[in-house]
Amino acid sequence: MMGFLMRRIFYMIPTIFLVSICTFIIIQLPPGDYLDSLAAEMGEAGVESTAVLDSLREQYGLGQPMYVQYFKWMKGILLHGDFGISFEKNRPVTDLIWNRLGWTFGISIMTLLFIWLTALPIGIYSAVRKYSMGDYIATFFGFIGLAIPNFLLALLMMYVAFKYFGQSVGGLVSPEYLEEPWTWDKYVDLLKHIWMPIVVVGTSGAAALIRIMRANLLDELYRPYVVTARAKGMSEFQLLLKYPVRVALNPFVSTIGWILPTLVSGEIIVAVVMNLPTTGPLLLRALLVQDMYLAGSLILIVSMLTVIGTLISDLLLAWIDPRIRYQ
Amino acid sequence: MTAIDPDIPLDITEASPITLGPWALVWRKFKRHRLAYFSGIVVLFIYAVAIFGEFLTPADPLKTSTRSTFAPPQGIHLFVTEADGSRRFQLHAKGLTMKLDKVAMRRTYEPNENKIIPLGFFVRGYEYKILGLFPSRTHLFGPTKPRDTVYFWGADRLGRDLMSRIIIGTRVSMSIGLVGVLVSLVVGVLLGGVSGYYGGWADTLIQRLIEFLRSIPTIPLWMGLAAAIPLDWPPLRTYFVVTIIVSMIGWTSLAREVRGKFLSLRNEDFITAARLDGLNDAEVIVKHMVPSFSSHIIASLTLAVPLMILAETSLSFLGIGLQPPIVSWGTLLKEAQNIRSIIEAPWLLIAPGTTIVLAVLALNFLGDGLRDAADPQAH
Repeated sequence: MMGFLMRRIFYMIPTIFLVSICTFIIIQLPPGDYLDSLAAEMGEAGVESTAVLDSLREQYGLGQPMYVQYFKWMKGILLHGDFGISFEKNRPVTDLIWNRLGWTFGISIMTLLFIWLTALPIGIYSAVRKYSMGDYIATFFGFIGLAIPNFLLALLMMYVAFKYFGQSVGGLVSPEYLEEPWTWDKYVDLLKHIWMPIVVVGTSGAAALIRIMRANLLDELYRPYVVTARAKGMSEFQLLLKYPVRVALNPFVSTIGWILPTLVSGEIIVAVVMNLPTTGPLLLRALLVQDMYLAGSLILIVSMLTVIGTLISDLLLAWIDPRIRYQ
Repeated sequence: MTAIDPDIPLDITEASPITLGPWALVWRKFKRHRLAYFSGIVVLFIYAVAIFGEFLTPADPLKTSTRSTFAPPQGIHLFVTEADGSRRFQLHAKGLTMKLDKVAMRRTYEPNENKIIPLGFFVRGYEYKILGLFPSRTHLFGPTKPRDTVYFWGADRLGRDLMSRIIIGTRVSMSIGLVGVLVSLVVGVLLGGVSGYYGGWADTLIQRLIEFLRSIPTIPLWMGLAAAIPLDWPPLRTYFVVTIIVSMIGWTSLAREVRGKFLSLRNEDFITAARLDGLNDAEVIVKHMVPSFSSHIIASLTLAVPLMILAETSLSFLGIGLQPPIVSWGTLLKEAQNIRSIIEAPWLLIAPGTTIVLAVLALNFLGDGLRDAADPQAH
């Protein structure tokens, strides 16, 4: 187990390094930088600002070759935890992002739980009652879930909620609670709002997992050991959970590896539509105005946390399934 | 009991058993898969719409009209009642009368029973070029008088016909899927092939790269890449860059599949035989390996197309992919970005949304059926 752990962590380092380089190249791609537009703005306002601009230029190495800028940025992050400043908001990036990152990952993890809690029973049901009405309904919804883009589903649900239930839509809490401290009422209000992004982000993942679970379980259900167990006189329910479901569960757990990146992706795009206080809207805005350190830090941290989350899930899987750790 | 009737000629000329080629077997199995077969027809239909777009549009997709902003969808009616009370068959739509609601500061539309807009097939409309070559003014369906406009699926905020725009947008959205799949086919087969055929350090490197690409969330990366596209680029260049960005997802799964196939085929007897016959690597790959798994590749390509369509739609919807004036399903949905415009004009969400879901569903079913059919021997 120790060797497996070391190997996985060792593999993770180049990945994170690559992520940081990619991120940096991406945010450098647009021609010009924020200081150019800032200088233009200040020039229009008639403010003499060469000194301010020069000090900013010096601090972040703007205008210097790309690798110099990269090293300055990385040095700040690694040594001081300083991700640079957001040019637009004129505040350190670290002040702006952690709260939102927390919500993004909070929603992603809750979505993961939602997916498992729905996909597992539905998958088992549609495998055991193959070609029944319920199976067809599950399959139908599965296909629809895969075919509707996240943001479209979000818009649709917002429309239905607003038009037919008169619920306030967008955001995580009702407007009147925005500035309030966390009280019981606010938590209840949060729960009233947060289910919608969770369902929206989780639908396609749940649809995929139902199909995987159904296929895996169907492979196991007609094995001789199931017949043997039935011949012993075990109750059908006990038998099902004790043998075939346990075998079919492994591929299920391993899906966490690819599902976390897609959940984070989905959360970001849904957040833009539903106006959630998570990374999505902040990232979109930062990219549109070329607030490069803010955008870069967001992409970097989201990607890094996803890689770490995937690592944790891999470790969990290795812990459950000895075949993986001895590979 | 079973006396042989001498009148019935015995079929003695025993035909040699029909041997079907691999493609014929795939086709036979595919045809049995009803849903996939039907979806294949739907997909062909959608691509036909993409090719003959302008011919099918009832109105000029670019023509704006201030008198019909957010005009609701108009139904098609079959019979008109004449002045003398007799009913006569005539395809028509009811005209709309606009009222300005001064309080709410918005327009409302009422169907006007007396204003009849006759509709017909092969009518004259705006001028376009069939397949970009032959000028024509004939349209499949629409109002018979070129001056009338009918909004079958409603109008957008500039009074443009939504149905025509969706039809024109089919071309961009569906072709981005195809072009993106071609890019990922080339990259995926090349890298997957190298990885599986040669193994060793090349394999390790490529597998690491694939793992890297799959472990990072795609949307933020795409957003970064797409936001880097300058707004003043010509539409065609933007289109190709978006295609390349979108195809970055497709190739990894394809490369994995190709690699797996190469690994399992590498030690097959017929490959060893081919190599012993003195064929070089390229010949072994092209003549013997690729044909044995090309049906699998086609199936995975079909399944990759809907992913790319969804990716393009998402990016354009966020406003960082394709930009207007390019018309695609994503840029059309951008009009329905906030809840206010959806409440006012739900068709802006429903019409393009349904189109996308339909196209993606059809492609998914088709791909599933092809994947099942790719193994004609399996049951």
